[in-house]
Amino acid sequence: MSILADEGTRVVVQGMTGREGMFHTERMIEYGTVVRAGVTPGKGGLKACGVPVFNTVAQAVEAEQVNTSCIFVPPPFAADAIMEAAAAGIRLIICITEGIPVLDSLNVVQAVKDCGAVLIGPNCPGVISPGKTKVGIMPGPIHRPGNIGVISRSGTLTYEVVDQLTREDLGQSTCIGIGGDPIVGSTFTDILEMFRVDEQTHGVVLVGEIGGNAEEQAASYIKENFDKPVVSFIAGRSAPPGKRMGHAGAIISGGQGGAEDKIKAMKEAGITVCLNLAKLGSTVKSTMSGSGVH
Amino acid sequence: MKLHEYQAKELFDKWSIPVPKGVLITDKEHAAEKIRSMATALPWVVKAQVHAGGRGKAGGVQLVDTAEEAASAAKDLLGVRLVTHQTGPEGAVVRKVLVEEGLQIEREFYLSVTVDRSAGRPIVIFSPSGGMDIEALAVSAPEAIFREHVDPALGWMPYQTRNIAYRIHPLPDAGVIRKLGEMILNLYNLFISCDCSLVEINPLVVTASGGVVAADAKVDVDNNALFRQKELASIYDFSEMDPLERKADEFDLSYIRLDGSVGCMVNGAGLAMATMDVIQAAGARPANFLDVGGGAGEEKIGKGLEIILSDKRVKAILINIFGGILRCDVLAKGVRSAASKVSVGVPMIVRLRGTNAEEGAAILKESGLSFRVAGDLAEAASLVQDVVGEN
Repeated sequence: MSILADEGTRVVVQGMTGREGMFHTERMIEYGTVVRAGVTPGKGGLKACGVPVFNTVAQAVEAEQVNTSCIFVPPPFAADAIMEAAAAGIRLIICITEGIPVLDSLNVVQAVKDCGAVLIGPNCPGVISPGKTKVGIMPGPIHRPGNIGVISRSGTLTYEVVDQLTREDLGQSTCIGIGGDPIVGSTFTDILEMFRVDEQTHGVVLVGEIGGNAEEQAASYIKENFDKPVVSFIAGRSAPPGKRMGHAGAIISGGQGGAEDKIKAMKEAGITVCLNLAKLGSTVKSTMSGSGVH
Repeated sequence: MKLHEYQAKELFDKWSIPVPKGVLITDKEHAAEKIRSMATALPWVVKAQVHAGGRGKAGGVQLVDTAEEAASAAKDLLGVRLVTHQTGPEGAVVRKVLVEEGLQIEREFYLSVTVDRSAGRPIVIFSPSGGMDIEALAVSAPEAIFREHVDPALGWMPYQTRNIAYRIHPLPDAGVIRKLGEMILNLYNLFISCDCSLVEINPLVVTASGGVVAADAKVDVDNNALFRQKELASIYDFSEMDPLERKADEFDLSYIRLDGSVGCMVNGAGLAMATMDVIQAAGARPANFLDVGGGAGEEKIGKGLEIILSDKRVKAILINIFGGILRCDVLAKGVRSAASKVSVGVPMIVRLRGTNAEEGAAILKESGLSFRVAGDLAEAASLVQDVVGEN
């Protein structure tokens, strides 16, 4: 298996005709992703990247039976795009857009859940199930198919982690960037629950960072419910409080969200915490060698 | 995006949240005249307007008895460098002073609205123990902090005011409870309408005459929402921003100045944080956080390097790029062109990985620039260690 996305994933790209949308649609198609439609209001009937463009997601669903959306729409219109996808019956909505107002995210996250859809992001690199499909902006070639699930709040840091895994001959089942914003559609815990029941996934690498308490919640979930090995890395140990480290969500404020608290919670939950990013790949290898990962 | 207290109070006033009468003093010359125009029988409060917290302890808030004393306190504060626990040793220059009528304080409460990340909802936080540091209170007396989540579809409901008010001991009288409810409702509506990430009143004062007044005001607006909060965006006081951070902002670079000596340039916020951690683990301290972003071009890279180099505390630079969308050859060209304009003068360590890493390394090699190449992060860390050791 793998989680969220696989060979059955049929993608519609919202905002496909923009610069970013075009570039990444081409990369996805190169990787073998089944991209069946694009949506740009007013450009319905055209073709881009060899794929038909529709005016609305509903039209794309009807004509091409797409089930997954990848969103590149600019921030002021992104919340609307997410809701359009959810209302059209898209089951998996992946929002790459960075810079969405928090109150917009807060409203749509609830509404998407009410529609029964899964939202990944916003402000995320997307989802890849190596060898099957890639819905997002991560560089495809650094991945290889295997048994390790990767969850992260960041983009390039995830690439670094995946690259180290691949160089240690540790393949991945699915890699998910949940997004660097304070409010995201799916949390670490939501994704861990999917990895728990996924047969292909034998172990998980969880890449957290300062801000909020998603890592602490994941730790307590893992302690109670998760019996596959987990290795974690937390970025931002050197970050001072009160400063927003690029990601809207990466800020230590109100005495909460510091790296040391997260590391402590992780260790107490029996998670192997790697403190040196340069050694993450080898740490995963030694931790999971008995778990049949390859 | 933080507002000054006086700006926050002007906003409160528009939203019918009572604030003390006050005047803003921006120059010494007109201080006395402006203050005299505001008649008050009560003592005066003179407050330095800087974005950093901890003003009171640093002498930035003074209580005086007469208009003359208020004028002289305001004049003394103007131009002063206020050093608080949030400003760092260089302090923040006071350019504006708010002079207000004092309040006859009967009781002090705490009130704020923010977003609860784990619940994914706005939250109203209230405490009957106002005037205190709420973070300290959360540790010492968590039972004194009342929380009410708000359903965005419903807004603030009257029963929620009752949930809060009827836990206050001794119970305030009906008039105060009614005014408190109005204040929370107005504050919540302001929070939503103005796309805030935090609004805070500490202390919220109940006066001797039964009034409910915001004695202090803190407003932080969500930077991502500034495209639709144009009026608020236009009043931001850029002089409160670190000059290098301001320059970076102009080029849409995410740069935070820190107090170490190893500058770093990275693509992606998570990797940038992790790179700072690598520097720290190598026994040095990062001079900055700099995320050049995924789609950075040559020019942006060059500007990023220039900004790092204009921080005179920087003794070495670590460039860590994981090429994905940002190609390593583009990065290398940016570094080359910036280095031809400004003298680098400090050791540079470059670690390129991912898309076009080899082309990037070749460009740097042929550029004649002096730098050390790291194959992976472990090597980058040990090179940082070497450089720090040399200094």
